[in-house]
Amino acid sequence: MAQVSMTVNGKAASGEVEGRTLLSSFLRDELMLTGTHVGCDTSQCGACVVHVDGQAVKSCTMLAVEAEGAEVATIEGQANADGSLNVIQQAFQDHHGLQCGFCTPGMVMSAAALLKDNPKPSETEVREYLEGNICRCTGYHNIVKAIMAASGQDVSAIAAE
Amino acid sequence: MYNFDVVRPSRIADAVKELSDSTESQPLGGGQTLIPTLKQRLASPEKLVSVAGIDEMQGVCKGDDGSVCIGGATTHATVAAEAGNYPALAATASHIGDPAVRNRGTIGGSLANNDPSACYPAAALASGATIKTNTREIAADDYFQGMFTTALDEGEIITEVRFPVPEKANYQKFVQPASRFALVGVFVAKYADGVRVAITGASNDGVFRWTEAEAALSSNFSADAIDGLSLSGDDMISDLHGTGDYRAHLCGVMTKRAVAAAV
Repeated sequence: MAQVSMTVNGKAASGEVEGRTLLSSFLRDELMLTGTHVGCDTSQCGACVVHVDGQAVKSCTMLAVEAEGAEVATIEGQANADGSLNVIQQAFQDHHGLQCGFCTPGMVMSAAALLKDNPKPSETEVREYLEGNICRCTGYHNIVKAIMAASGQDVSAIAAE
Repeated sequence: MYNFDVVRPSRIADAVKELSDSTESQPLGGGQTLIPTLKQRLASPEKLVSVAGIDEMQGVCKGDDGSVCIGGATTHATVAAEAGNYPALAATASHIGDPAVRNRGTIGGSLANNDPSACYPAAALASGATIKTNTREIAADDYFQGMFTTALDEGEIITEVRFPVPEKANYQKFVQPASRFALVGVFVAKYADGVRVAITGASNDGVFRWTEAEAALSSNFSADAIDGLSLSGDDMISDLHGTGDYRAHLCGVMTKRAVAAAV
């Protein structure tokens, strides 16, 4: 067992982990931050995307000990300080960017990573950035629309198929 | 996963020592292949030696001879952003896996694994890159030795990869849409002394050079130059995504596209 310490959503977090403990397991089972979902557990689906030192990573394919000393951001830390939804989360609600909601934490975290680097992405850039995030309900159109809207762009011309 | 210890040295020498201490130890780059492999219990090391924290293995720089040098622990995202002196290489890195994978996966990890459908082996072989390890320098032509097989010895670490910058180059990947690996990927690089063509995703022997196409393109660098050339599908990967003959056909198609797009 090893001691691991990191900052999660701005707060210090630490715990005892095995070498094989995944970051996703540490977040969910030790810190009880179950908003980070584990879908495929094979780094395909992206439901487990969190930010480590500002970069989107698949937390099911990173060891907890590799995040030692890192700044980790999860979906639980995305809402505004007053508890209201942030602009990306609100856009997902406004544009019906989710149905069952399982993929949504990863979608929102990927969207946040994209918009940080590329504040006004084209529709194509949004779709390409979401290659590693799989949704089995919506068919992506409304997710893309939500992200475009969250970036402040006019989405009235984007078809809601 | 079976359990293992993880150590995170900050110097190459310390990583080499950790690897030599135990025959059941293995280097860990970004883990984007190794961690899924461990989950499937296809490997069971006692100790993983993470090279991610070794500063001297990080980043992209320009060599004295104009080559692009990339630290072994440099992520695909960093290569995509910083290897602007070799645009085709940066473009190749920018289409590996997906954004989250590119933020973790490393060039050293990819080349050490030598997946038969990975992109970097094609870039390294077509560029005649030099793979620098903690003990020696290995020419790409000697480095790739078949599917998942390389010239690396046990405990040897890729510390840097040096790419001579070609006059023109391009990588064309026919994406296998589920895995985002190359169903067939062709990297074409035109140097002053000739053209090199490396193909990934196709052969049962892993990445290979298409020497007939190289000869034709060296005398006439145009897509038409390889008209009439073909590869046999007999030794090609054949699976539910495509037969050997289909992949052999794609080799010609993607080579032409790469030549046409080379800048």
